[in-house]
Amino acid sequence: MQNAQTTVDPGEIAKFEAMAAEWWDLEGKFKPLHMLNPTRLDYITSQIAAEFDRDLTTDAPFAGLRILDIGCGGGLLCEPMARLGADVVGADAAERNIPVAMVHAEQSGLTIDYRHTTAEDMAAAGEQFDIVLNMEVVEHVADPLSYLTACQQLLKPGGLHICSTINRNPKSFAMAIVGAEYVMRWLPKGTHEWNKFITPDELFDLMEQAGLNPVDRKGFKFDFLGWSWSISDRDLSVNYVTAALKPEGQ
Amino acid sequence: MDNPAAGRILPDMTKTTAKTHQTDIVIVGGGLNGSALALGLAHIGLHVTIIDTLPAPTRALSDFDGRSYALAHASMRLLRGLGLWDAVADTAQPMLEIKVTDGRAGEGPSPWMLHFDHAEIEEGPMGFMVEDRHLRRALLSAMDETDRITQVNGQTVSTQSQGAVTLTSGEVITAKLIIGADGRASGTATRAGIKRTGWGYGQTAIVCAVAHEKPHGGIAHQFFMPAGPLAILPLTDNRCSIVWSETDTRAKDIMAMDDNAFLDALRPAFGDFLGDITLTGKRFSYPLGLTLANRFIADRVALVGDAAHGVHPIAGQGLNAGLRDIAAMIDVLQDAKSRGEDIGSDAVLARYEEWRRFDTATLAIATDTFNRLFSNDNPLVRAVRDAGMGLLNAAPGLRRTFIREAAGLTGDLPSLMRA
Repeated sequence: MQNAQTTVDPGEIAKFEAMAAEWWDLEGKFKPLHMLNPTRLDYITSQIAAEFDRDLTTDAPFAGLRILDIGCGGGLLCEPMARLGADVVGADAAERNIPVAMVHAEQSGLTIDYRHTTAEDMAAAGEQFDIVLNMEVVEHVADPLSYLTACQQLLKPGGLHICSTINRNPKSFAMAIVGAEYVMRWLPKGTHEWNKFITPDELFDLMEQAGLNPVDRKGFKFDFLGWSWSISDRDLSVNYVTAALKPEGQ
Repeated sequence: MDNPAAGRILPDMTKTTAKTHQTDIVIVGGGLNGSALALGLAHIGLHVTIIDTLPAPTRALSDFDGRSYALAHASMRLLRGLGLWDAVADTAQPMLEIKVTDGRAGEGPSPWMLHFDHAEIEEGPMGFMVEDRHLRRALLSAMDETDRITQVNGQTVSTQSQGAVTLTSGEVITAKLIIGADGRASGTATRAGIKRTGWGYGQTAIVCAVAHEKPHGGIAHQFFMPAGPLAILPLTDNRCSIVWSETDTRAKDIMAMDDNAFLDALRPAFGDFLGDITLTGKRFSYPLGLTLANRFIADRVALVGDAAHGVHPIAGQGLNAGLRDIAAMIDVLQDAKSRGEDIGSDAVLARYEEWRRFDTATLAIATDTFNRLFSNDNPLVRAVRDAGMGLLNAAPGLRRTFIREAAGLTGDLPSLMRA
């Protein structure tokens, strides 16, 4: 048990702990995440393949890459990364997620190092990775700059940081809070606090302050007609994702 | 695989000699769909074990046995994408035109005739007639040359559980996904608890090939007779493939006839537009029915081809629909593999089912309706369909839509079926 969760609101952790057992139920509480997952994976895998010159049609294309997934939850991203051959560490500040993720990885025949810890503690311990995945986490932390600084420290020089979150504007309020939490009941009420949402420009600023070089931003767009997600070059109005590099020689 | 010679394994030895082997995907059924799927999945880097109940098939080119397939343009693209088309292209007959006639035996065709010409679409021929022996040999040779494919012949699946099958030999094969390509009476579907919906049409299709005097000009004919449709499909070398649907009782009588009597029975419906006809190869008969699986997927199980949807052959779309399943499955699994997803998971399989279910239900309803509408001698129904055909003939836009539909070029095309 570690308690040095400097940037995670205790109230936020409790909310996710209550949902942990539901992680792998496609029709359960994490249905929107399962729906988004293929699109997130498309972005993550293509960014990693481009940055580290890997061919996704080969077996184990990510062999030799060390990947950290912060806020790993039930392992929705860790398992695909491990299947692609990466050496994966999944970290979550919510203790109850860890056994859920471990049990599922074993069922899937995958070896993944799941830890109940935080980005700050791992950075303090001097851990380093080729890639840090920071998906749908930054909107839940108390101090985004200190958190992103820890993420930067966790990267090897030249390492890749992928971060997705939710924009802050009337539309994102309507979609993420009113729509997802109250109308569709996709997420429990109180999952998000709108004032913690970050615009893409603000996130780019924060990353630069944290010592990361932003290189890409795209939208994750939900199509209500096709009832599916896709990657958009232009529409970053609600969910969006960014890629940034830690400069060589840092 | 060696000749399995299943009969030589003593029953008490099966337990002790039982082996287990592991693969990515087990395909049950080594027919055209199963073989094409095995090749497609091997192409995207997956390891496949394909199981068939028949003994190791011969790779030698056999004599023509009368069976052939109408491959839609999109299906040709799939074979081309799998590197198979070159092996069959020389023996394939392009279908340049389709003529549809509403006829009654002895009366000749009605004045209403539909005419579809490939010149109205830019992609080329609507389809190709390919003989079974050429297609089968191309598939078998390609599978032999593919390291990622293990062929298990002369074996039946005795039990099936989540991600594993046990063969009659006692061998256990574990996989992330089991795909049933085992036809209308799919054991894979039954073992997975998938129920079926369907009915018989009281019709039997008689399939054979004839040689004729005059050139066919690459034109496919469909005559709608009261008992059922008669399709005359062009093959190479002044030959045509016949798909003759008759009522079950009449078909039984026809199949019992000797070859001369059979040709005498065929001639009045066939007509004399190609000169005299002679039989080449054997005659086959298939009872016609509709059978749709209620689900196309179950826990680590997916169905393709007739195992998912056996339809009336009225539009020659059975194999083409199966090949479209396969092209869709290849796309879905390729995406899943490159994302690192579990290829047998519900999340992945649901994408395949969603893609194919609407399409195949539409096909089932369309062929069913067509058959009911055209296998009918009611004067009122006949007048309505004749008017409909006349209208279609007069509307080039609508006609082009039909041609593109017949060529398999409509809808959400899998990548292997795109140009």
